[in-house]
Amino acid sequence: MIRKTVSNVQEALKGVEDGMTLMLGGFGLCGIPENAITELVRLGIKDLCCISNNAGVDDFGLGLLLQQRQVQKMISSYVGENDEFERQMLSGELAVELTPQGTLAEKCRAAQAGFPAFYTPAGYGTEVAEGKETREFNGKMYVLEEAFKADYSFVKAWKGDEAGNLIFKGTARNFNPCMCGAAKITVAEVEELVPAGALDPNEIHVPGIFIQRIFQGVDYEKRIEQRTVRKRA
Amino acid sequence: MLNKEGIAKRIAKEVQDGYYVNLGIGIPTLVANFVREDINVEFQSENGVLGMGPFPFEGEEDADIINAGKQTITTMPGASFFDSATSFGMIRGKHVDLTILGAMEVAENGDIANWKIPGKMVKGMGGAMDLVASAENIIVAMMHTNRAGASKLLKKCSLPLTGVGCVKKIVTNLAVLEVTNEGFLLLERAPGITVAEIKNATEGTLIVPGDVPEMRI
Repeated sequence: MIRKTVSNVQEALKGVEDGMTLMLGGFGLCGIPENAITELVRLGIKDLCCISNNAGVDDFGLGLLLQQRQVQKMISSYVGENDEFERQMLSGELAVELTPQGTLAEKCRAAQAGFPAFYTPAGYGTEVAEGKETREFNGKMYVLEEAFKADYSFVKAWKGDEAGNLIFKGTARNFNPCMCGAAKITVAEVEELVPAGALDPNEIHVPGIFIQRIFQGVDYEKRIEQRTVRKRA
Repeated sequence: MLNKEGIAKRIAKEVQDGYYVNLGIGIPTLVANFVREDINVEFQSENGVLGMGPFPFEGEEDADIINAGKQTITTMPGASFFDSATSFGMIRGKHVDLTILGAMEVAENGDIANWKIPGKMVKGMGGAMDLVASAENIIVAMMHTNRAGASKLLKKCSLPLTGVGCVKKIVTNLAVLEVTNEGFLLLERAPGITVAEIKNATEGTLIVPGDVPEMRI
């Protein structure tokens, strides 16, 4: 067994520097690497390019990095829930590259799987395709999209073991598996870190080979963005 | 004239037994409430769940189980969770049978605009561009005109496009229409609405095939 465990978030983020490109898992506030974000804020690392489907809310998730002006560029599909984000974008402090959600996921997966680029129909004929190569296959038009190149990938899983194997819960899975192994170094934080052998190999969602560092996360808030309920009959 | 629930009710009649369906945010979300109970349908949410159920009972919300609108949800028996690349693989690979989404504008050639208004804060396209570029069966749920009374069914979209030539069917507060090579083909009128009123509210080419029946909801 090849051990991937590090003792805490400080050790897990060693080597992260100003100006790097980071991938961060999560959809809205669901399944985000809360511990890694908190540590990035504490370290004050700046001029970051962040690849993340969303940009958090004003006082949680990636919004915390935006508040401290640590982000220079965001690559996302939807950034609607964040006033500080809007202010920085409109003032030109923050660069934003909006990318269709499926394309965003596939640009991560392509990096993970060793594809330099792929063709997708998403965005053909729109401003997303401007300046990009297009090609017809079987009578339909496609846009060439390139794999991401990132320095670090921060993902969050439900359970993980010492070998870096990961299991996710519910829709907190989202972009996390696509980002594993898609950057030079992938750091996984988990709600429950267990010894190797404690997880059933049949039930692993992401094999440890894609993970360089894994640590036991602490103090998960798991904030709900839209609490919707129904009344009991 | 239909209200939002009415539009959702009419679209629900398009949902067939055995369909996997992706519902967008807004009116499309309401469709789930009106699908016949004697058929088997699974709802997909692009953040990574198939077999979505209703909202949870108070106290049973789970931060790890949400839909694409970031709302807390439940799952039905037979549900599954998956990652975002797999989710869009289902969509791009045409495994999802029906996509229902909203629009700001639709053109008579099937172009759709629903993600950006120049000069206003752009929130992003989310999964809309992937959905419209991939799905073969797309129904648009929308109001026929905007708040100022201007038509949203146009010869050509004025807003930045989400996708080209992709919309097949439109259900509005006034009518059901099909996108054809010749323009918008009027299939049904909303209760109490005349063909003249629909014509008046449609900027794009409207084809009226003789008698147009009233919708049955």
